[in-house]
Amino acid sequence: MKRAALAGGASLLVASILLIVSGTNPIEATGVLISGSFGTSDKIADTIMAWAPLALAAAGLVVTFSAGLWNIGVEGQVIAGAITATAVARSMGGPGWIVMAVALLAGFVGGAFWGVLAGLLRTRGGVNEIFGGLGLGFVAQAFATYLVIGPWKREGIASTSGTDLFREDVWLPTVGGTRLSLAPVVVTIGVLWWVAWILKSTRFGLELRAVGKNLASARLVGIRSEPVMLGAFVIGGGTAGLAGAFVTMGIQHKLVPAVAGGRGFLAILVVLLAAFAPRWIAPVALFFAAISVGSSQLNLRLDLDSSLGGVLQGVVVLAAVLVAGWQLQRKINRQEEVR
Amino acid sequence: MTLRIDQISKRFGPVQANDAISLEVQPGALHAVLGENGAGKSTLMKILSGFQDADSGSVTLDGAAVSLGDPKAAIASGIGMLHQDPLVVLPFTAIQNFILGTDIDRAEARRLIVETGQRLGFDLDPDRVARTMSVGERQQLEIVRLLSLGVKVLILDEPTSGISTGQRELLFAALRTLASEGLIVLFVSHKLEEVLDLCRSVTVIRRGTVVGERPLPCPPEALVEMMFGEIVTGTTHATGGHGTPLLRVANLHVTGRRQTISDVNLLVDAGEVLGVAGLEGSGQGPLLRALAGLDQTTEGTINLDESDLTNRGHRSFMAAGVHFLPAGRLEEGLFPDLTIAEHLELALGDKTVDWGRADERAKSAIERLSIKGAPNDPVEGLSGGNQQRVLLAMMPERVRLLLMEHPTRGLDIESADVVWTQLLERRTEGTAIVFVSADLDELVSASDRIAVCFDGRILDIVDANTVDANQLGSLIGGQVTA
Repeated sequence: MKRAALAGGASLLVASILLIVSGTNPIEATGVLISGSFGTSDKIADTIMAWAPLALAAAGLVVTFSAGLWNIGVEGQVIAGAITATAVARSMGGPGWIVMAVALLAGFVGGAFWGVLAGLLRTRGGVNEIFGGLGLGFVAQAFATYLVIGPWKREGIASTSGTDLFREDVWLPTVGGTRLSLAPVVVTIGVLWWVAWILKSTRFGLELRAVGKNLASARLVGIRSEPVMLGAFVIGGGTAGLAGAFVTMGIQHKLVPAVAGGRGFLAILVVLLAAFAPRWIAPVALFFAAISVGSSQLNLRLDLDSSLGGVLQGVVVLAAVLVAGWQLQRKINRQEEVR
Repeated sequence: MTLRIDQISKRFGPVQANDAISLEVQPGALHAVLGENGAGKSTLMKILSGFQDADSGSVTLDGAAVSLGDPKAAIASGIGMLHQDPLVVLPFTAIQNFILGTDIDRAEARRLIVETGQRLGFDLDPDRVARTMSVGERQQLEIVRLLSLGVKVLILDEPTSGISTGQRELLFAALRTLASEGLIVLFVSHKLEEVLDLCRSVTVIRRGTVVGERPLPCPPEALVEMMFGEIVTGTTHATGGHGTPLLRVANLHVTGRRQTISDVNLLVDAGEVLGVAGLEGSGQGPLLRALAGLDQTTEGTINLDESDLTNRGHRSFMAAGVHFLPAGRLEEGLFPDLTIAEHLELALGDKTVDWGRADERAKSAIERLSIKGAPNDPVEGLSGGNQQRVLLAMMPERVRLLLMEHPTRGLDIESADVVWTQLLERRTEGTAIVFVSADLDELVSASDRIAVCFDGRILDIVDANTVDANQLGSLIGGQVTA
């Protein structure tokens, strides 16, 4: 808690300095950010719809990070899930709700497949998952662009603005005339609980953490590290793919090349700020989603560049990571003094 | 130029790595510092060369104090160290490496590399990129560099590990030349033959203290006894095996990265304790890992009872009742950050996790082994002795063959007693124990028989009840006594 307060204080300070330097009253900017993300029911809906995919991707990342795997390829896994969900939504006939369910499932499978590819590159090919994930991210991005301007192009027009809209009965249903749909919210809460349960209360979760802490020791107690690592990639990639499916089915209603939109990288920041604890992901992701949604108002109301929102997010995480690093260093120093 | 080390002490946590070590070396000396792994020789050399600070004590060179804890100051006072892996920047050329951190200009560096190199019999190309040089050539470059910086005391830390026989001869010849010119050469090693071949005097370090000094040559048994300790108890627990052969190893060959073992034949009975002795690097480590199924064997067979386990992998060995207790603890064996309860759950738990049961299990293990800690304490905060007890608690209930590396290294006497009491209890259930140790007293008092490794082979297997220190010493040194 002390750490959270320190990190919060540090990031508040840096963010305020940043705003003052750019000629804005920090308090006024904060007000704009809050009203821009929670001011109206539409804005609240947008913020929640931005929160769900971010929290989903972050939930899966906690699993891979716990296994000591630096899964940087989330962006690609989000895109892979969006592609498979789109394939189902475009081609499958039958009642809308069945198509929706299958498309979401396909999203999980697509993301999981893309994650397992990075995992296999690591376990079989000796390619570090950071590089494998980044490379596969570019491949997924290029493939999505190819689909949008190639095989899935709109009638007569090939444009990166996206495919044709899906038929309307496979759009995720919304509530109260806003853009909010309940499915992503319910599923995200469920997945967060599921991930916390896996890590805390299952043998797989324990082996996962063991593999992440010390591979040599894991081998000695008889853990087969490859299935454990690939399992982590299934969960990490799958939840990222689900996030991509929700963006496609619930927000865009079509496949756009920029479907991931940096969510994969933002999710890494969320997990860092949540200190790898599943219970902190929901609030931290909400904070990030609010800044993302609210920062568009900075431009309209205060004539600030809306990218300032991204800068703020980065500053907060840097402050948190610095405080964590500083405390770790103090702990090490104390231990050395004891010696 | 006399080097005086006076009462140097250094402690790491519970381990007293150096305990009031004093040493005096005259100019022109070829002096060896001999000791087993963990004896404290590397710590002492790091302190001498400024890479580590000392808790107390002083170093003087010709009466002038050397300031400790600063490598640059050490070199300025004339003490330089050649590391096991020479510290060079691989993409740089010899010249670039040479001038790094000095104010020598390139032309001067070129001249020094060629001329000093030639004087010492080295053939160094100043424009070669370090990456394309062998370890031996990098060492030669580093020696020339240290000499150019005015070093009067040259420390070499296990310099022969990665180099060819030819390069070793070249290195030794150069060291003899340097000593004849008045330089002090400190040669750190655990290899007896090399020390006997090169050096004219030796200091033996064991458990952080100086146990003796000798002019060389002297009989190798005397050195072995100093390195491994005397046999103090005189009594042994030995009861002999139960007469039922359990482990059968035939014609075993293992090709490791640094060590190989060849043509090992072993027969161990149920309930028997076999100690494995030998100078460090004689093949004990790879042998034990092969017996645990952790290293692949290239030839030969390993049988436990009637089942052939050869190259079946560690999990099959575990299923057959083989348990491996590593020496590394935090490096291999334990999981930093995980708690005692989580460790026991990993090692002993079922398919489903029941934290209530895990907690109970941890509590009873903590009581049984008197571990100073609670079920939810992370293991990295425990002392070495308590970490070792956690490893013991992770042992399954039924073990048929127990393999251990240095079971009591770095432990205090109380912890060592706990370890051996626990282990020897298992013999009554028919568990066979094979353990590697660098402590003669431990080997003789705990074993029924002792296998002595030398140069990747088992030189002889002797009865622990009747063997004497001299016989064991000469075996470990590589000589078969009739």
